[in-house]
Amino acid sequence: MRWENYTSLPETFRNQRVFDGCGISGLINIDGTRISGDTVIDMLCILKERENGLGAGYAAYGIYPEYKDYFAFHFLFDNETAKSKVLEYLENFGSVIQSEPIPTSLSHEIDNPPITWRVFFNPISERNQDEAEKIVQIVMEINENIDNAYVMSSGKNMGVFKGNGWSHEIADFYKIREYKAYMWLAHSRFPTNTPGWWGGAHPFNLLNCSVIHNGEITSYGTNRRYLESFGYKCTLFTDTEVIAYLIDLLCRRHKFPISIATIALAPPLFDEIEKLDRKSQIIIKNIRATYRSAMLNGPFSIVVGNSDPIPTMMGLSDRKKLRPLVVGISEDENTIYMSSEEASFNRLMLINNRLDLKEVWHPKSGTAVIAKLGKGLIKNGIENPLKKRTIALLEVA
Amino acid sequence: MAIAHEIISHYKVNIDREDCQKCKRCLTNCSFGVFSFNGERIIAQSNKCVACQRCVVMCPAKAIHISQSESFLPPHGNYTRKIRNIIWAQSGNGGVLLSATGNDRPIRSIFDDLLLDACQVTNPSIDPLRETIETKIFFGRKPKKLEFIVESDDFTDVSLKTQIFPNFEIDMPIMVGHMSLGSISYNACQAIYRAARELNIIAGSGEGGLHPDFYEFAPNIITEIASGRFGVDINYLNNAAGLEIKIGQGAKPGHGGHLPGEKVNSLIAQTRMIPEGSDALSPYPHHDIYSIEDLAQLIAALKEATRYKVPVGVKIAAVHNSAPIAVGIVRGGADFLTLDGFRGGTGAAPRIIRDHAGIPIELAIAAVDERLRQENLREEVTLIAGGSIRYSADLVKAIALGADVAMCSLPVLIAMGCRVCQQCFRGLCSWGIATQQEYLVKRLDIDIAKKRIINLFHSWNEELKEVLGAMGIDSVESLRSNRDRLRYIGPNPRIADILGVKHAGE
Amino acid sequence: MIINEVKEKIYEIGFDDIIEIDAAPNGEPIDYRDLNAMIHARTLKNCKKIVLYNICGQRFIGAALQGDFEIIINGVPGNDLGIFMDGPKITVYGNCEDQVGNTMNQGSMIINGNGGDVIGLSARGGTIYIKGDVGYRVGIHMKEYKNKFPIIIIGGTAKDFLGEYMAGGIIVVLGLKFLPDGSIIDIDQSICGNELGTGIHRGSIYLRTDEKLEDKLGVGAKIVEFDGKGKEEIGPFLYEYCETFNIPFDLVINKQFQVIKPISKRPYGGTYCNKMI
Repeated sequence: MRWENYTSLPETFRNQRVFDGCGISGLINIDGTRISGDTVIDMLCILKERENGLGAGYAAYGIYPEYKDYFAFHFLFDNETAKSKVLEYLENFGSVIQSEPIPTSLSHEIDNPPITWRVFFNPISERNQDEAEKIVQIVMEINENIDNAYVMSSGKNMGVFKGNGWSHEIADFYKIREYKAYMWLAHSRFPTNTPGWWGGAHPFNLLNCSVIHNGEITSYGTNRRYLESFGYKCTLFTDTEVIAYLIDLLCRRHKFPISIATIALAPPLFDEIEKLDRKSQIIIKNIRATYRSAMLNGPFSIVVGNSDPIPTMMGLSDRKKLRPLVVGISEDENTIYMSSEEASFNRLMLINNRLDLKEVWHPKSGTAVIAKLGKGLIKNGIENPLKKRTIALLEVA
Repeated sequence: MAIAHEIISHYKVNIDREDCQKCKRCLTNCSFGVFSFNGERIIAQSNKCVACQRCVVMCPAKAIHISQSESFLPPHGNYTRKIRNIIWAQSGNGGVLLSATGNDRPIRSIFDDLLLDACQVTNPSIDPLRETIETKIFFGRKPKKLEFIVESDDFTDVSLKTQIFPNFEIDMPIMVGHMSLGSISYNACQAIYRAARELNIIAGSGEGGLHPDFYEFAPNIITEIASGRFGVDINYLNNAAGLEIKIGQGAKPGHGGHLPGEKVNSLIAQTRMIPEGSDALSPYPHHDIYSIEDLAQLIAALKEATRYKVPVGVKIAAVHNSAPIAVGIVRGGADFLTLDGFRGGTGAAPRIIRDHAGIPIELAIAAVDERLRQENLREEVTLIAGGSIRYSADLVKAIALGADVAMCSLPVLIAMGCRVCQQCFRGLCSWGIATQQEYLVKRLDIDIAKKRIINLFHSWNEELKEVLGAMGIDSVESLRSNRDRLRYIGPNPRIADILGVKHAGE
Repeated sequence: MIINEVKEKIYEIGFDDIIEIDAAPNGEPIDYRDLNAMIHARTLKNCKKIVLYNICGQRFIGAALQGDFEIIINGVPGNDLGIFMDGPKITVYGNCEDQVGNTMNQGSMIINGNGGDVIGLSARGGTIYIKGDVGYRVGIHMKEYKNKFPIIIIGGTAKDFLGEYMAGGIIVVLGLKFLPDGSIIDIDQSICGNELGTGIHRGSIYLRTDEKLEDKLGVGAKIVEFDGKGKEEIGPFLYEYCETFNIPFDLVINKQFQVIKPISKRPYGGTYCNKMI
């Protein structure tokens, strides 16, 4: 069996929109307990009807505590030349603290596997440019201009592992069960049109923010052209890329709290806005007006993991609820689970009674569920925007 | 001599002698003096006929019909009948040829060469009849970004830190173009403003001032400040949802205006604040704007004068360098920018300019939207595009190319009864639309005209929703600049490049 | 519905009959927005007189202000002084920039100095008295309406395109020169530039000169005799002007005036062809 298409799509498929359907799963431990990848693998792999073996991936937060102050680059290379080119390139912008292969487990039938590599990196900060901005520039440069190289992730104390295959294959290949993380995101893919390629699998990451996504946004052109005016280059032609950049723009560059960012991405309907108090109306209308091009339209459900400034997991579905998203909270309220289907939770219950759920619910369409490390469930996705939660879920100290 | 050079009639007025009751209603209805009665029968002078259809409609016996003149000129593929007519007219009168409405040359419409996308399988279309699809938009300047003061961890106490600019909401991305009282009648204005108010859209005042009777429609009117400054005083500035500095008009870029004195009756005089019978000349440029920084000055002056309470914008004709000009205008402080394409209409403009100056609005939208994006200014400004938005398909495509609002005028006039005879500059409109003669104006029933405009735009908006629904979009914001949802099918792929649209099949 | 409530800056200034504002506290000129907001706040409180010091190019002073009060400006105000103004009186001790009295509706301006270009653009009423010289296109497209008409009186000289497109009102140019010793003499150069009154179709221009003006006339303008009617028309304003700037009235009227009037109310009547093509 020959694997291929690691760092780019085959020539004939380039510069075309890429569509897919998907399964998504994620979890976060509020107290920061790091757990093995087993759980999220089980949650994802049970959704096998949602994938067709053309892409899967995992994002894990808290996996590199010994290197937590450095940016962790996860790379895919087609060959050694690309690897040395990238490593050489990195030297120009900072110091490489550690450079090593990402451990993989390869069955002997696989021919020509990709080079999976990770680098812990400390950028030299230049005047007037913060570290994060520098890293973004490096990522964009490598993905766009260095052939046969692809950056899977670039955050601190986190990493993305993804590839073209079934969710269980990718999990085995990257030995996902051996990592311990306080937040996990997982994704399996059902591409509509392309044969799939490794870099194009989810999660899509930039800095500390990773996105998994199900659906096809109909506002792609509007969103992409909006991002381009802020200097983003949307070279992958995927919805997920656009969503990740929008979140980067809103949360990192415009410093939006995540809950306000979700109002920009999926604002309430005008009819709903009119029912709010005047102050909320003015705020939400201004968000709609100012960020009208950041609004995501069409069917989507997304789960976003972001560790900056406070590790947060956010789940959001479109305003018309055209893609599924279900949320569960553990009996001890320490773990928040999100998934495309409730089957993910049931699966965990079946395995050694590993899960005791206090509550399972379907958040309101276009309304974000937000869970924060150390803080608990900030938004349960049922309340009005800018309003206090309406169902009784305990605050976690 | 005069007879030897007379232009051959365009139309032939046919009267069915058997049906004609000789009631002479055609005599009173024709404002162009076609009909007379010789004691025995109705006589029609076909060479005066403009095919406005008034007589046809009003004849109780339905005895009149207008056909194309059968007079046959020796054919010539290059010296067309129109070109020969132009030469005959100019060699007879020796003046600049006037024209009305928009460019009538058979130039291919780019809108017609664009095809819309629709959902199949990978995402669902939306049923606009049963699920919400939003067409409301905010009109005015937006900040580049918003900043908030967040008081509590769960974001229940949030307030805005960013200084925000005046904006107002309209329920459809539609604006009725600027037609002054003068170019059209009091009744036509009244019908348009009433319809705009009822639909909660906006209408332009044109550059001829605003009659005090219309102050009540101020929340739905954008008043225009043109080079002539007609009717511009504090009341005018304060009775508007927005102010627009008119630099140019699609039908006559680089040209001024000229309302002949005979049209300046007491009503027009009062509105324009000039003496009755006085020519109303709009200078070619604004004489306080000779440069881009002067435009910024007038924008600032208008904001000062209205104490920063309403958006102030600028209208330009779509010309070759619209894109960099637009950037300068937005940098100069304009809150909205109106682009008027080369097919845009007019009550009176030199034919040479109407038919030959400017560029198509489709290309102008694409170029301006793209350039504003390159300079990261696009989101701040509201972009209005007009210049032959004929029906809802054009509106949809204009928005997908990058406009916030589509502006149109002639469809409104047609809705009220205009037959597009293109003789507006003569002030004889038999339908009471483009005239100031009282006996003609009162032919236009304000309530019926208003209702017809409302019906028209209501159906446009429904069709917009149909398209959005088919595209799987539930809010018009997500159509704006969404050129991915357009494909080009015309003969010139270079146009597709400029539009940033792929060819059909790609 | 306007979604944003725009808050205007309200400046609290102690109430006095005369408000004095230093427009350059500590030598730093304040922004025109702030200055005008202060003036605006005062006029809302029925202040009758505002004195501005150290004005340095701030634009739009007096913009769209209505009512019966006076603004005294010490320094050089910026462009568009009194734009859209409707009533107040502005006195400037210093020169002015361009577009003084742009689209003015009512009120008066007294400029103790020179003026720039395009003064009185599209004005519909009010008086603009300038002691010194002015630039190009002064009085362009001035109009008149009902009993309102604008008057511009210029003590010195004007340049080209004086009264272009003029559609009403009166322009008077006196051709005086004010010597440093306080004496007043007639200028020894031409009183106006070329293209005089080009496109004029209403109103009149009075020039206090005996020079030959025929070659300078613009399209549609003609010279007529200064008769009793003319004297009646400008007399009271001229008298007021002389009072204002302390100029002997006799000195001004001791010389011949020439009057520029439109040839026709329809200078461009024959330009266009209405034929159906």
